[in-house]
Amino acid sequence: MDTREKEIENLKDYKYGFTTDIENIKAPKGLNENVIKFISNIKKEPKWMLDFRLKAFERFKLLKEPDWQKPKYPKIDYQDLYYYSAPKSMKDKPKSLDELDPKLLETYNKLGIPLQEQARLNGIAVDAVFDSVSVATTFKGELTKHGIIFCSMSEAIQKHPDLVKKYLGTVIPTTDHFFATLNSAVFTDGSFVYIPEGVKCPMELSTYFRINASETGQFERTLIIADKGSYVSYLEGCTAPMRDENQLHAANVELIALDDAEIKYSTVQNWYPGDENGKGGIYNFVTKRGLCKGKNSKISWTQVETGSAITWKYPSCILKGDNSIGEFYSIAITNNHQKADTGTKMIHLGKNTKSKIISKGISAGFSDMTYRGLVDINSKAKNSSNYTQCDSLLMGNKCGAHTVPYIKNKNFDSNVAHEATTSKISEEQLHYCQQRGLNPEEAVGLIVNGFCKEVLQQLPMEFAVEAQKLVGISLEGSVG
Amino acid sequence: MKEQLKIDFNKIQEVSNFSNRDIEIKKSYLNKFIENGFPNRKQENWKFLDINQIISKNISDLSFYNDYSIENKIDSSIFIDDLEHNKIVFINGRIEKIDFSYEDKKQIEIIEDSYTIDKFESNNSLIDLNIALSNKHFKILIKKGYSLKKPLIIYHLTNEKMNSKNINLRLDFELEQNSSLKLIDFFSDYSEKNFMNIFYNFNLDKDAILKNYKIDKSLNKNLKYSFNNINQKQNSISETFVFSAGSDYFKNEINCNLKGGYSSAFINGIFSLDDNKQHEIRTTINHLVENTKSYQLIKSVLGKNTKSAYQGRIYVDSKAQKTDGYQLSKAILLDESSEFNAKPELEIYADDVKCSHGSASGSLDDNSIFYLMSRGLNYKQAKGLLINGFLLDVIEKITDAEIKDLLKKMIGLKK
Repeated sequence: MDTREKEIENLKDYKYGFTTDIENIKAPKGLNENVIKFISNIKKEPKWMLDFRLKAFERFKLLKEPDWQKPKYPKIDYQDLYYYSAPKSMKDKPKSLDELDPKLLETYNKLGIPLQEQARLNGIAVDAVFDSVSVATTFKGELTKHGIIFCSMSEAIQKHPDLVKKYLGTVIPTTDHFFATLNSAVFTDGSFVYIPEGVKCPMELSTYFRINASETGQFERTLIIADKGSYVSYLEGCTAPMRDENQLHAANVELIALDDAEIKYSTVQNWYPGDENGKGGIYNFVTKRGLCKGKNSKISWTQVETGSAITWKYPSCILKGDNSIGEFYSIAITNNHQKADTGTKMIHLGKNTKSKIISKGISAGFSDMTYRGLVDINSKAKNSSNYTQCDSLLMGNKCGAHTVPYIKNKNFDSNVAHEATTSKISEEQLHYCQQRGLNPEEAVGLIVNGFCKEVLQQLPMEFAVEAQKLVGISLEGSVG
Repeated sequence: MKEQLKIDFNKIQEVSNFSNRDIEIKKSYLNKFIENGFPNRKQENWKFLDINQIISKNISDLSFYNDYSIENKIDSSIFIDDLEHNKIVFINGRIEKIDFSYEDKKQIEIIEDSYTIDKFESNNSLIDLNIALSNKHFKILIKKGYSLKKPLIIYHLTNEKMNSKNINLRLDFELEQNSSLKLIDFFSDYSEKNFMNIFYNFNLDKDAILKNYKIDKSLNKNLKYSFNNINQKQNSISETFVFSAGSDYFKNEINCNLKGGYSSAFINGIFSLDDNKQHEIRTTINHLVENTKSYQLIKSVLGKNTKSAYQGRIYVDSKAQKTDGYQLSKAILLDESSEFNAKPELEIYADDVKCSHGSASGSLDDNSIFYLMSRGLNYKQAKGLLINGFLLDVIEKITDAEIKDLLKKMIGLKK
């Protein structure tokens, strides 16, 4: 067995499938006002925050779970979930990395993100979310020098209430759809980033999400604000341990870009996809929305979605400021019984706004993949343009690939173009690669990576390598 | 509306001579319709243009009963002279004339048949309404190996006597093996504020060819809905062309089931809209077996306060390997109040397929206008030339030379 095969053998089973034994503090099972008060209380939140949650909960009670999506799932009993779970050792929050529970550190090592090592080598500041509470935040000093705030959401609520109060819920209001509203009511933690005026963030900011305790829904809330003329690139990676039952993940991510600011948000999502028979896995129902509030602002979403039993998300851009730009680059890969319904929304409100959508979907095994997107050009969005390209690749005839674009053009000055193709890997390409000594699996890996190249290029270096590997691993066993 | 529907339904039953079986069937469809009502924007298929809203806005008291005992005078000046053709004439929804004088009578059968009336399943409440209230039910059968010598034109005429009425029409066409039919639907209205609901059901046997051209050109204030269901066996070909311009509201729905290998479906459409008109084309192509092909091209030119929508769906079953599916929709928006909506959808379960779609919309190209004006055309001429060129592309897809010429003349692309 050569080294490559060995590597594949090691990775065949879910690499991140282990659970860490740490005592958890859990809120009582179920969803009611008391649980929300419990969460708010344990996090020592001010009254306005509790009111925000309760308002969302009032609204949530009126909402019905949506059912228009392609992947159907068994009904979730929202009363049968834990809405808060924190590792016990967090009670007295450690002051530095050395004080961290060694078991926690070990977990991160297994995940491949030794905080100190990786942080030092890669120059990435990591804000790791372990279950629901931020464990440690590195590189604070360097960031503070520039006036950048990068901390957990709970900390931001305590220390920067003005900023949080001003922006939280402005992109995803408490009156939004079912899962977003649920998140507004019960969110536990997440990341908060504020880049002050004119600052170019000197390093990539990163979070690693991981769901640990079983039967806990993970509800993070991320808020990124880029003030005038600033720039930030944010990375998000997700993993979860193997469990038989399905776990719900309903995060909210809000991005706000003011005049001339730019936010780049990259995700590599590798939640546990369930086993070969479709048992278990994460339900990834995430709401991500960016608001280009100021003139000449830019928001760019890049995502590599390889995990989760069901992925159901549409990272969107609201292009409100004149001359603002929205971008969406996506690779979604489904294998075995995975299902994905993903895409984006580009809502053009300001003049001269531009958006670009590149989506690559690959389905194999018994999986189902849907691209669903909306391009909406408002009548006031003069001279704006959109370009959409979505390509699908099918492997085998047990899987499905679907494209559902909605195009609404209400402005005669604007141009909208949409293209989509569906195909399979051609015999010729495979033959050519194999003739040159690649085995079928390597050949497919190569061709698929070529197919995805346009999107992979958008990823920051550190992620691109990992993502490329993930693409290969996700398609294991789908050929031949 | 409910009460009105029940009263009108009973009136229709009194004057018609339906069998008890038919009445029972019709009653069940009526109840289905009463339960669901007119479709609205909450339903995915009606998202862009909400017929419920449009009907209540345009027609205040919709009545469902039509008196078919009185004969209407046929104004023969309306007939198309440039083309020799067979005719079926509907005036206000009443069949006034069936004329197949150019054809061999033994090869065509016109059957008044209600037996197959409920042999159609759908979740479409307008079809329920159609089945419940349609008055007569004809089936046109074209026998094995026979090709009609001349095209058949179905005239859908209305006169000023009709107002705030709902008309429901149903025709079935059975094309036996290796037969062919060219069918033109021609709409001309002297009435306003009516709602027409037309349902055609086509069955194409092996090697049969159907060409259907729908021409809605004369300006009128009626609302129209047309549904074509086409079932196709091996080697059969269907070609549908829609010219959608005249009515205040027109939705054309085309549903093709490619059930036999090497069958193919072509759908081409033009929206040429001005002045508050709202039109839609919705297509569903079901590729159900191996080696089938579909091609769709839809173009819109949109003037003041107009809205067009194109919803195209290509479904490829897991058995339907080697499918070739293509969709393209393009729109030119001429005014700041015009709006174009598209939803070109692919749903694919087989891997060895070639499916693609494209959609583009925008204003007239400034560079092209400049080019033409620099060569001596004024702005209006330049604009006209570009629009004609844009639309000609679709007309050229028509495979029948005679009808292509006729259409070009009608639209003003040729003298």
